[in-house]
Amino acid sequence: MSETLTSLTAAQTQAGWTLRARAFVSENKLFMVGGVIFLLILLAAVLAEWIAPYSPTKIAFAQKLQPPSLDHLMGTDKFGRDIFSRVLFGAQTSLAVGALVTLGAILIGTPIGLISGYFGGKVDTALMRISDVFLAFPPLLLPISIVAAMGPGLVNAMIALAISWFPWYARIMRGAVLRVRKEPYIDAARAMGVGPTKIMLRHVAPNSLTPIIVQGSMDFGFTILAAASLSFIGLGARPPTIEWGLMAATARTQFLEHWWTALCPGFAIFLTVLAVNLIGDGLRDVLDPKHGISE
Amino acid sequence: MLKYIAQRLIMMVGILFGVLTIAFVLGRVLPNSPATLMLGDRPTAEQVARAEEELGLNKPILVQYALYMGQIIQGNFGESLRTHQPVLVEIRNRMGATIELTTLAIIIVVLVGVPLGVLSAVRQNSWADNLIRAVAVGGVAIPAFILAMVLQIIFYGGLNWFPIQGRIDSKILLDVPFAQVTGLFLIDTLLAGEWGAFKSAVSHIFLPTLTLSIVTLATVTRITRNMMVEVLGEEFIRTAFAYGIPSRRIYFYYALKATLIPMLTVIGLTYGYLLGGAVVVEFVFDWPGLGGFLVFSIVQNDFPAVLGTTLFLSGTYLLINLIVDLLYFVVDPRLRTQ
Repeated sequence: MSETLTSLTAAQTQAGWTLRARAFVSENKLFMVGGVIFLLILLAAVLAEWIAPYSPTKIAFAQKLQPPSLDHLMGTDKFGRDIFSRVLFGAQTSLAVGALVTLGAILIGTPIGLISGYFGGKVDTALMRISDVFLAFPPLLLPISIVAAMGPGLVNAMIALAISWFPWYARIMRGAVLRVRKEPYIDAARAMGVGPTKIMLRHVAPNSLTPIIVQGSMDFGFTILAAASLSFIGLGARPPTIEWGLMAATARTQFLEHWWTALCPGFAIFLTVLAVNLIGDGLRDVLDPKHGISE
Repeated sequence: MLKYIAQRLIMMVGILFGVLTIAFVLGRVLPNSPATLMLGDRPTAEQVARAEEELGLNKPILVQYALYMGQIIQGNFGESLRTHQPVLVEIRNRMGATIELTTLAIIIVVLVGVPLGVLSAVRQNSWADNLIRAVAVGGVAIPAFILAMVLQIIFYGGLNWFPIQGRIDSKILLDVPFAQVTGLFLIDTLLAGEWGAFKSAVSHIFLPTLTLSIVTLATVTRITRNMMVEVLGEEFIRTAFAYGIPSRRIYFYYALKATLIPMLTVIGLTYGYLLGGAVVVEFVFDWPGLGGFLVFSIVQNDFPAVLGTTLFLSGTYLLINLIVDLLYFVVDPRLRTQ
């Protein structure tokens, strides 16, 4: 008797879960599309070593500037390197750059916003005025000038992007903290004698993370785009690093006759950023219902 | 109102001060000192010492900071290490090209993006709305340099309709040296009555403007739509409909008017995106503006030029946002009485 009961409930939960999953998929089609594309790109990046048909760095002048064919799915570049293989390896670079830059910006910005919002007063004013200054630069111009000072290179470009992006997280975190701080459970914790550091880390921070996650998922795509732009104008990745923006830059001398040399890595950037943005949009609708209505 | 304006001005001066400080820190404290940048690979210790003295780098850091601030306030950005011209002259020679490009782009972005956003909001969830939203989501994912290359392949490589380098035929510049009154070739050629030169300028600016407009259009459309959706849900819109006011007038007059303030903010921000995007677009199209100049200055370690250009572009952006702030008072009479 009791056995049938438990199995029934299990079956019901199972059905409930499938139903909910199905409802989620049908309501968030774009999110799913983005997720699938992103997973494919992630797989391509992880498995690049094994699925790339050619070595991404092997130069073969006899094969140079071949148009796309069954042998070379995306053709070859001016050094005879297989572009499809290079695009696969480029995914490693771009995904890593996007993830590290976004993470870096979050790691710099979040504590600043947390401190600013929790303590308020002069600390808040000072920290926010400083981040205002960073926001006063036109987008892309601040990372460009930081790279100018540090010298071109992929690592410097990443540092520059993280520095330029952190104020957004400081602001978001500050706003979230200001909301959470008024909650009764914070007062309760304080009344019980919990110190400010512990309140911030244990109670305020976890309850303010949603907007950070949403923003991070959106920025992941934009940092990939920005990093590729920096590489394209010669301030980011340099050979032998395989990077999509750099590939497009290398193609500049011959792309008018051999379009695939520029457009294949370009399409890879587009697809990645699009997938990430679709995921970000979906996440925002799910995690941040207030925003979802006006979307 | 005056108090608010004064507050904004003071804040702007403060931010400008901060921007200058960041630029100073970037230039002096980070590992590559301007002296080594200037001398290139493997300078002797003696050369470095001489260059540092020339640039005032052997003085205490605070004295350097004060000297630097003093010079900048007097409008002295130093000399370009590459061309040995004052940086200010280099900027003046190139700012027209950048202003022309970004202003034309923002006009197009507003004229196309705002109506699309309104349409999208009014016909919510129709096929038009879905199409516009899909294009907007895709639009923000296109790298500007790839779009530029696609347009170059189609309109130059394929059709050969538009040139892809520079602002004007260099031959025309030599044959008909029109007076450069405003620095904007589209206007200067017309003022001079040089029809051929005007046509050349238009065909040169077409593709760079198109690139810059498309990559920023998506953002403006999307924000306009969101703001319109919000306004259309308000009660005064329902009242207007109840009064029998024609729907077109409601959408494009009453509703749009209510979105003007946030819209102005968006346009100010968009100008920032355009200035940043212009760096890439000018680079691709060899457009002789400040963006391309900045990239070449960085690659050639011309630090005074980099500093001057960055400050100029950031200053422009700040100024535009200040103007936007002041326009609030023009748009919204309620603010004036406060």
